[in-house]
Parts: sequence; C-alpha cells; structure tokens
Amino acid sequence: MSTLSEGQAQARSATEAARERTFGPLYSRNALAVVARGLMAAKSSTWLVLVSGFFEPVLYLVSMGVGLGPIVGNVAGPGGQQISYAAYIAPALLAVSAMNGAIYDSTWNVFFKMNFAKLYQGMLYTSLGPLDVAIGEIFLALLRGLLYATGFTAVMAVMGLVTTVWAILIIPASVLIAFGFASFGMGITSFMKTFQQMDWINFFLLPMFLFSATFYPLSVYPQYIQWLIQALPLWHGVELLRQISIGSFSAATAVHVAYYLVMIVLGIMLTTGRLRKLFLK
Amino acid sequence: MSFCGIAGFLQKIVQWLFQVFPGSTSVLWVHNEATRSFATPSSSQMNPAAVITAEKLTKTYGDLTAVDAISFEVPAGESFGLLGPNGAGKSTTMKMIGGVSQRTSGKLSIMGLDPETHGPEVRAHLGVVPQQDNLDEELKVRENLIVYGRYFGLPLSYLRPKADELLEFAQLSDKAKSRVDALSGGMKRRLTIARSLINEPKILLLDEPTTGLDPQARHILWDRLFRLKEQGVTLILTTHYMDEAEQLCDRLIVVDKGKIMAEGSPSSLIREYSTREVLELRFGSERNATIGAELGGIGERVETLPDRVLIYADNGESALEQVSARHLRPLTSLVRRSSLEDVFLRLTGRSLVD
Amino acid sequence: MTDNQLPTAAGTLRAHAPEVSAGRARRWGSFYYAEQVLRVMRGYGWSVFLYSVGQPVAYLFAMGIGLASLVDANNLAAFGGVNYLTFIAPALLVSSAVMTASGDFSYPIMDGFKWRRVFYGPHASPLVPQQIAAGHIMASALKFLLQSAVYFAIVAMFGASPSPWGWVSAIVATVAGLSFGLPLMAYASSITKDSGQFALVQRFIVVPLFLFSGTFFPLDSLPLGVRWIGWISPVWHGTQLGRVFTYGLEESPVLTLVHVVFLLGTAAAGWTLTRRRFVRRMGA
Repeated sequence: MSTLSEGQAQARSATEAARERTFGPLYSRNALAVVARGLMAAKSSTWLVLVSGFFEPVLYLVSMGVGLGPIVGNVAGPGGQQISYAAYIAPALLAVSAMNGAIYDSTWNVFFKMNFAKLYQGMLYTSLGPLDVAIGEIFLALLRGLLYATGFTAVMAVMGLVTTVWAILIIPASVLIAFGFASFGMGITSFMKTFQQMDWINFFLLPMFLFSATFYPLSVYPQYIQWLIQALPLWHGVELLRQISIGSFSAATAVHVAYYLVMIVLGIMLTTGRLRKLFLK
Repeated sequence: MSFCGIAGFLQKIVQWLFQVFPGSTSVLWVHNEATRSFATPSSSQMNPAAVITAEKLTKTYGDLTAVDAISFEVPAGESFGLLGPNGAGKSTTMKMIGGVSQRTSGKLSIMGLDPETHGPEVRAHLGVVPQQDNLDEELKVRENLIVYGRYFGLPLSYLRPKADELLEFAQLSDKAKSRVDALSGGMKRRLTIARSLINEPKILLLDEPTTGLDPQARHILWDRLFRLKEQGVTLILTTHYMDEAEQLCDRLIVVDKGKIMAEGSPSSLIREYSTREVLELRFGSERNATIGAELGGIGERVETLPDRVLIYADNGESALEQVSARHLRPLTSLVRRSSLEDVFLRLTGRSLVD
Repeated sequence: MTDNQLPTAAGTLRAHAPEVSAGRARRWGSFYYAEQVLRVMRGYGWSVFLYSVGQPVAYLFAMGIGLASLVDANNLAAFGGVNYLTFIAPALLVSSAVMTASGDFSYPIMDGFKWRRVFYGPHASPLVPQQIAAGHIMASALKFLLQSAVYFAIVAMFGASPSPWGWVSAIVATVAGLSFGLPLMAYASSITKDSGQFALVQRFIVVPLFLFSGTFFPLDSLPLGVRWIGWISPVWHGTQLGRVFTYGLEESPVLTLVHVVFLLGTAAAGWTLTRRRFVRRMGA
C-alpha cells in the first residue's frame, strides 16, 4: 500500500494529466463504470422487457414472410437473382431493428435519464466526465444490438433463410449500423427539451422505415425519390445487410460501409461538441 | 343503447356545451339547478354549530388500525388541528372527511351530510389541499385553476376573473402563464391552496400544508392561511410541526397511533401537560443519562433524552441555579418557554419529529 | 380591493352554492373530466394527433402503393377481387385506432394513479371515480373518432373506399379502439408498481395483433396455429367489419354480427371492470 504523500502526488499528477488530455475534463477514461452500472440496472429490470425487443423484427418476419410471402412470390435480390420474399425482407428488418434499438437507447433512454431520473447529474458529481457517460451509454446500446442481431440471425437460419457462410457478417454489420445511429441520436437528443420534441424523432423514423426499400425494391419509385432515399442512412443499412445475407458483394458494398463510418465520426463529433457546450460553459 | 338513452345522452352533451360556452340560454340551466332543493339532513342529535362531527371514527387496513375510534367536533369558523407524528392516522382521517376513503366504522358528518353516501355534496363544500401536490403539470398555472373549477360545474364567466383574483391572493399573478413544473415547491403549494379556494369553500382541509418548504415559504403560506381564517373559513389541518400548530390552530387534538391523546387549545394543552418554562441541558451524549439521574428534585419533572436533559420548571433560571449548586457543569444550557413538543413528549414519551 | 386581500370578501364574484356544484357534478361530472382531458390534449396533442393520422397514411403509401406493385402484379384474387390498397385501407384505419388506444389507456392511467396523481385532483372535487374514468374514456373516444375521420377522408381521396357506406368504418375503428383499450385500462388501473408492463403489452400484444389480424393479408393464408390470434383480436373483428363497409367484403351476416357483438362486448366488459377498479382504488 502506498503512503499518503505518494497517493497525493499521484492524485495531483492524475489531475494534471486530465487537464492535458485532448478531451480534458470531458473524459476521465472511466466509461467502464457507466457500462457496469448499466449492466447492473439491466440485471434488476424485468428480463422479459429486455428480451421483448428481440421479438419485434421476428414477428414482422413471420407475419410478412409467412403470411404475405406466398402471395408475393419471388423477388429480385441484390445481384438480380430471384429470392423468396422472406429472404428479401429479413435483412431489411434486422437493419430497421438495429436502427430503432440504437435510436431508442440514445434518444428516449438518454432523454429520460437526463431530464427525469437525473441519473447523469449524479454521475457528473463524481470524477466521471460527460464523454464517459456518452461512451458508456453508446457501448451499452451496441451490446444490446449485438445480442438482438445474433438472435435474429439464428432465427433466419432456422427459417432456412441463410444460404451462405457470409451471413455471419450480418452481426457485426448491424452493430456498425447501430453505432451510426446511436452516435447521432445522442447528439440530437442534447438539443431536445420536451417530450413533444422527442415525438418528432418518430416523424423521421417511421417514413424511413417504410420507404427505404424495406418491403419492396426501390425501382417502384420515380428517379428523384430514389435519389432522396439513397441519401438517407437506413437504405444503406438495408442494402448492406441484404448483400451480405446472400454473399453478393459489389462496389456499392464499400459505399454502404463508408457511409456508416462517416456517420459515426460525424455523430461523435456532434455529440462531443454538444457535451462541451452543455457541461463546460 | 335504447333510443331514450341516446336522446338523454345527446341532451346532456347539449347542456354541457351551454355550460362551456355560456350564452343567454345558459341562464335557464343555472336557474334550473339553483331551484333544485336538497333534502335537509337530520341533525337533531348533533351540535347544530358543528360543521364536522366524528364519532368513534375508525379505519383499518387489514390488521393495521390507522384510525382508532376517534371522536371530535369542529364548530364553524374554527381552526382545528390534528397534530401527530408520521403514521399517526392524520391523513387517513382527512381522507375520510373528504369522502375519498371509506371508514370502517363509526359516524362522520360534514355539514350534516355523510361523506360516504353524499360524497359529491360533501366535497362541494370543501377545499382540499392534499399532502402531495397533484397539480396538472401539463396545463399552465392559470388553466389549473379554471379546469378545477369546472369540476364544480362553475361557469367560465365566473372562473376567469376568479382565477385571476386567486392568483393574486396566492402571489402568483406573474406566473399565470407559466408551466406548473417551472414553479418552486412553495409556489406549487400556494397554487394548490388557490385551487382549493376556487369554489369558495367554507371548510378547507390542509394535509401537512408546509411540509418540505423552506422557512420563508412557510411564513408566506401561514400568512395566507391566517387571512382565510379571518374571513371565517373553517380550517382543518394536519401537521407534525409544533410551531405551525401554535400559529394557526384555535384548538387541536394530539394523535398518536390512531388515538386521541389530548385535546384543547395550544396554550391550555401546554398548561395542562407541561410547565411554563423548560431548562435544556447538554452534558455530552455519554453523560446525559448518568447525570440526568442525579437531577431528581429540581423542577417538577426531569426528562432524559439521548442528546440532552430537559427539566420542566416554572422558573428555568432558578432551576439552572440549583443545577449549578450541585456542582454539575453542563456543556450548554438553555431556558425556553414550553411548547407543544413538550406536550407530545409528555403524552407519548417520544419526540414528534425524529 | 387592497393588495393580498382574500378576493371573496371584496369581489362581487360569487360561486354558486355547494348544493348546485354537487348537483351539477352528479349529472355532468364525466363531461367535466372529459373537458379537462381534452384541454390537456389541446396543449400537447398536435404532434401525437398528426402522428396517429400520419402513421397509417405512411403505411398506406408504402404498402398500398409501393408493396402493391409486387402484390397486385401477381394475383388480385387473393384479396377478394379488390386491389391491395383497398384491401389494407380499413385494416390500417382500425390498427391505428387500436395503437392510439394502447397509448391512451396505459401510461396516462399510471400517471393518474401513481406518477403525477392527476386523478386525485378531481377526486377531491365533487366528482366520483366512475366519472373520472368515464371522462377519460369519452375524451379518448372523441380523439379516435377524429383521427379515424381524417384518415378516412384521405382513404376516400385515394378512391380506396368504393362503397357509399365507407364512412361507417371510422366509427367501427373508434369502437375497435375502445374494444382493445378498455380492457387495457382496467388492467392499467390495477397496476401499482411499474415494471415495464406496458412495453410488454406493446410488444407482445399490440404488435402481434397488428401483424396477425388479417391486416396485410387474409387471415386464411396463415396456418391454423396462429389464426386464432385473429379470432380474439379487436383488430381483426374491426378490420373485417370495416371492409364490409368500405368495399362490401362478402362474408356471412352471422360473422358480421359476431364482429359487432365482439367489439361492443369487450368494450362494455372493459368499461365495467374499469369502473370497479377505479372505485376500489380511489375509495379505499
């Protein structure tokens, strides 16, 4: 055990070190404490609630795939080959689920903890910085996304919708998608003040869910609407997972991945900027 | 649904619309209502001056007896207090008076009416300030008053100016258009009181009106309540603060574990259960008990508490001299007037607020 | 009037007698509370309202036009001879009302009893618990009707309601909302501890009802093992009844009657249970 004076010296140098770090008082390199707290809270919450998030895309897949599938018949996949309707919508539903989960965790969840449960105020009275909190929350969101994606891919396999070993890459790819949405979502939430403003998030998400070539190919739209949808993030996620699911890659694959990498970088920049503004005035 | 049912329903909607948008025709309905006479309740065996009469009032929740056969009467215009620690049964009693909790046994009458059978009529006479504010946080401050008044069927032509008057009374005029969640605790409390006055009640029930407020907010509130008392409003309040009871109550009952321990005016209770003055001595927490045992014979009574020793005497200074004469040196000593706190201590052997 | 004087003493305003208050509250209490709920809704409800109209319209575009390009091309017979847009229009109408109901009869009830305790304000006035429940129900029903009417107008503009009786489907949707919502309200009013029950209701009841109630495809195309979900679903009964009105779906009159009885029966049972729970919870 170190002596008192040594301890003080360490503490002082730690403070100085913190001042000199790039993110300074924003970050104390202790996001793990936030993650640990999140896992502890998850343990004491109703497990059924946690599990229920996994079922939503599965229910959609079963309903649309089994109920509507026989009526629709086969659809042209990414490489032009004919695939069943269930195989066509399954990766799209996973992308949607990754988006919804990440957005929920980084917006509603953060908004509630920030404004109502006052959880972050308590955390920020400790040596944690806002960036620790942000990173911790995003990590938790991705962990959950990872679990759901793994489960969903297993369901796809059981339903006979997995035909290539490439399909295993669906899991990391959907975490990538979740990361993109989560990093942006948190930055956007920092602008929100009331529940009504939070409602507007749905106004954006719902059309994106329905129109991003989720249930039918983009070709049904006129050219200018196709361009609009191709500019939105979800379409890239849907296409990326769809390509992976049948192992049909093209130059577009790299574009989709790059889209998300850029989104993650911009999202983190936005979030950090906002945190700096909110907490370090 | 039969045709008559639908017709009746439509008629109700039309009549309701008239109330929301009072025009010339609405007078018809008001007139209609006002001429409806209510059966005068029999009050032969009850004190005619009493606005509230409780007789062996009891409330049990399973095995727990929250209120244990208490009896009291409150005459019109009196300010009546229920004093006791948390869990003494004060709030339960208040809820039964307000007709929002059914009693297990006993009799209860408010303005000659039984709240169990005439809930709406009883509550129409009352203004209620509950222990927890239950303001509508989604409405603005002024809207809270108006909406509440609508529950009494009061027309908007009355409610609009009335709301402004009450806001002034509650010193909230400049907050009229604010959201409720932007108010401080004291302001919310005052708004709740203003809301309870919207129907001009003759009886006001206040359940721990100042718990959780800072000293300044409490004084503002007491001032408002005192004005109401001057207007002849009957105040029924529960509290576990001695100073509040002494400030506001003409008469009070001390309640503990659902039973009435004593009844009277604050000064008469002090006279009866305590002495004029109290000498408080501190010898340090380790020595209070041993030294307390050596103080016998000084004053009328010695009470040893973990943190101090209390000597009840009519003359505190002379008691202190007697202590010094025994060569006992307290760390601190204080002579003060007796308070209801001492009455409670005497009656129950416990402090009121831990 | 001197500053800070109690208004009653100096003002000329007089409240009517307590007897009048009580009499009015006994007769119109439910309406008074409904009025309050509507006032609150007016304050924040526009975005919610727009969403509850916008959501089915977005689905109508996506499915009825986008997906229809895949579906109609293959077979029209699967949907009883009408195009896909006409087939799903009433289903989305009913689903949307049920989803709004799942919101209106869950969290606000917890809010009233537990979180912000908004039911206890009126409870200290002459209103009785049954009236508070009824007021909440009436205001919500009005909201369902309004959103259904606006959505139906859009459906009609698309030409997706060929029958002149199509407008009745807006009323059907309102009743379907109550048929699902009132039993939920009875359940919500019995909850004392929030442990995420409503999220479970949403995910394990509302979403399956939406997806397996003959919404996007005829119930018959599902295996028998899951078809029963439709039979006990207010969404299915409401949707089929709506289809009868919007495009004259051909089904046995007995079945049509079953839809009506089911919807009204569950709504009435829910209301009765709710009243009982409200009285018990607020009078204890």
